Amino acid sequence: MIAQLPPRQDVLARRDAIVAGLRRLLAPDAVIAEPDLLKPYETDGMSCHRQVPLAVVLPATTAEVAAVMAFLHREGVCVVARGAGTSLSGGALPMQDAVVIGVMRMNRILEIDYADRLAVVQAGVTNLGITQAMEGRGFFYAPDPSSQLACMIGGNVAMNSGGAHCLRYGVTTNNLLGLKLVTVEGEVVDIGGGHLDAAGYDWLGLLTGSEGQLAIVTEVTVRILRAAEGARAMLAAFRANDVAGDCVAAIIASGIIPVALEFMDRPAIHACEAFAHAGYPLDAEAMLIIEVEGSAAEQDDLLGRIGEICRRHDPISLRISASAAESAAIWKGRKGAFGAVGRISPDYLCMDGVIPTSRLAEVLRRIGAMSAEYGLQVANIFHAGDGNLHPLIMFDANEPDSFDRAERFGADILRLCVEMGGCLTGEHGVGVEKRDLMVVQFTAAELDQQRRVKSAFDPGWLLNPSKVFPLQVPPA
Amino acid sequence: MSAAPVDAPGDEAGVAAAVRAAWAAGEPLLVQGNGSKGAMLRPVQAARTLSAGALTGITLYSPQELVLSARAGTTVADLTAAVAAKGQQITAEIPDFSALFGSTTAPTLGGAVAANLSGPRRVAWGAMRDHVLGLRAVNGTGEVIRSGGRVLKNVTGLDLCKLLSGSHGTLAVLTEITLKVLPVPERRAALVVRGLDPVRGVAALSAALGSPYGVSAAAYLPAALADRVPGLAGASALVRLEDFSSFVAYRSERLRADLAAFGPVEVLDEATTLAVWAAVRDALPLVGETGAIWRVSVRPSAGPVVAATLEQAFGARWFLDWGGGLVWIAGPATAAAHDAVCAAAHAAGGTWMLLRAPEVLRAAVAVIPPEPAPLAAIARRVKAAFDPKGILNPGRLRAGA
Repeated sequence: MIAQLPPRQDVLARRDAIVAGLRRLLAPDAVIAEPDLLKPYETDGMSCHRQVPLAVVLPATTAEVAAVMAFLHREGVCVVARGAGTSLSGGALPMQDAVVIGVMRMNRILEIDYADRLAVVQAGVTNLGITQAMEGRGFFYAPDPSSQLACMIGGNVAMNSGGAHCLRYGVTTNNLLGLKLVTVEGEVVDIGGGHLDAAGYDWLGLLTGSEGQLAIVTEVTVRILRAAEGARAMLAAFRANDVAGDCVAAIIASGIIPVALEFMDRPAIHACEAFAHAGYPLDAEAMLIIEVEGSAAEQDDLLGRIGEICRRHDPISLRISASAAESAAIWKGRKGAFGAVGRISPDYLCMDGVIPTSRLAEVLRRIGAMSAEYGLQVANIFHAGDGNLHPLIMFDANEPDSFDRAERFGADILRLCVEMGGCLTGEHGVGVEKRDLMVVQFTAAELDQQRRVKSAFDPGWLLNPSKVFPLQVPPA
Repeated sequence: MSAAPVDAPGDEAGVAAAVRAAWAAGEPLLVQGNGSKGAMLRPVQAARTLSAGALTGITLYSPQELVLSARAGTTVADLTAAVAAKGQQITAEIPDFSALFGSTTAPTLGGAVAANLSGPRRVAWGAMRDHVLGLRAVNGTGEVIRSGGRVLKNVTGLDLCKLLSGSHGTLAVLTEITLKVLPVPERRAALVVRGLDPVRGVAALSAALGSPYGVSAAAYLPAALADRVPGLAGASALVRLEDFSSFVAYRSERLRADLAAFGPVEVLDEATTLAVWAAVRDALPLVGETGAIWRVSVRPSAGPVVAATLEQAFGARWFLDWGGGLVWIAGPATAAAHDAVCAAAHAAGGTWMLLRAPEVLRAAVAVIPPEPAPLAAIARRVKAAFDPKGILNPGRLRAGA
């Protein structure tokens, strides 16, 4: 278990009184304190870390969140906000002396305005739920993390979630208009709204991706977009990673911005093909899935231009989809990548670093060398347009020190990303996973600057403790 | 604005030294680039001016990665030329307010980011701040801090790039900025529907922006202002397409059909298209107005309501960008007119900025909306977190802050 601040003994000693106080504020079934009922909340998508919280509350309204926050602030109790609990960095990992505020009961869509192209939703609405609510109208909410069926918009805001299509449509922060927040003191504050670009400091931008360190989000106003007429994919297989990397650079340099540009290395191709039988070329070292949007003629045009560029890079095979069904088949293997790796390895760690796209081949060579050194297999999936690298490190938790080696391997990959001019995390967040690596990317002065901003919102450091910032006594 | 002595260090270390000296002395600094937007917002009382104008030059440009880094004092014109040479553009379509402010100095990248200035493409491709991948800055104690980086995706730590973008030099002095850039489209075309009233005009813009054709800008000019733009005549609802030539041709025809209910659609040639959108971007139809200029941002459907209210209140001259949501307003530089603008923006649930006015008015009124008490308290603490002695552009955004 990762190091945490020592639990506050005074809080643990007052547990019963704190729970009783919460029960006075909320409906009886909205306060969970029984050990067996707390169990499901002990972890999130990073299930190697587990910690049962002091209690869980499931408020139904912003007013209830505000009442809970005011009470916990008076009592000096820490708070961990939770959406669907899909975080891959331990962002929603509970603490022993903290109350988890789950927003899953706040799951109503409050407004959809097609003329002004926005939707107002509560924090517990799922990412995909927003798009589904507009079914038949041709509109969608753009960020599409792979957990979009389950993950909630409140969590997306907290982690600034991305997805496979952010090269064209941006990540969460680029698709928001407003937030309703509850401060650590229990005050309700509206930021932004239906309009663009509030004057004054960009609170919306600062809150997005702040991993529950600054405030609790209860409502979100998102931009909605009209979908393109259609989309189609192609698959290109290459003899070497650097050739595929050069091909990506050539596509971007040609003035085409595909909506998705996904790279898989040889181990990833093999794992996905064995799992999904998508017809991936097993003799390739590297493979690209490239998706474009537009009318049928526009898709033909773009795929034709991209195909030309691919042909200049000595491809092993090129497969341009002729239909939506064929596009789905091309995507099938990629979308099943995590399951595919789970099938060939008892356990795996999904990493999330970012590198300058031009360094891909070099980074993969170094990862290959580390793989041999650590004696662990790795498959690499890469959002090639934006440099977001997802190495899947395979290990067997039943083997002594296997998990420990996998973690050290992962940390070395993230250090490599920073060394190459990239960063520790592109979309999964810091959470507990990368907390102690923050010193690799930031100087002490830079971390202290961020800590002082945190302190401006949360002077007592009650919000999502032991995450994001390397452990230390908060600065005065 | 200020005749204070100007310190313009040639490197970041020089900026840090200048801020450390001011911090030690507790002396306020007027922070600026080349000062082209010095007449914006509230006047700053400072003994010295610290300019980033001498921090110039592109430090990294990787067209195939869509990434550009430049020192903060690099002029927007130089950057635009450098990326154009590689067939790319600065996505935010940075407005140039030189004509509006009557300034003769060249706007800088740092100034555009510090003011979060976004042009017509805002409505489709995001604001200036959305394209800031990373930055370097000197905080109010003279420490160099970095946030973000040179990659397109990054959620490592708090996003200080967003906080510093639009903070008008009140939290830190920007020294270097990394942007995401995009290809210049092969062809641009503006489509115009003439003679619509403002409500119908914005409805036409909404229909276009809600179409699958990737409209990249949408504005409405009433007849009086449209007549000031060469190439336009009469009330004009304008939308823009930017893409490969064959796509623009196809999409123009589809939009013509989709907008037929609003009236006949005219497609402007590329040269006229570029000139018309530059005029909208730089608010050129308001340049001849002598009074105050406001920018109000509301839901697009509320734009015509705000405009009508202010036309009635003080005979406002106005036009709409960002699909109707950005209301450009000219009117008398009086507290009464200012109050009317604030009230109309507030009633529409929006935000406002007094962009241009004589110094006496800018010093006397709030130039941006007040924040609710809990947020105002957080804002004071955030300011102190960067600038504990309050020496960076004191009072530029708000009196006493």
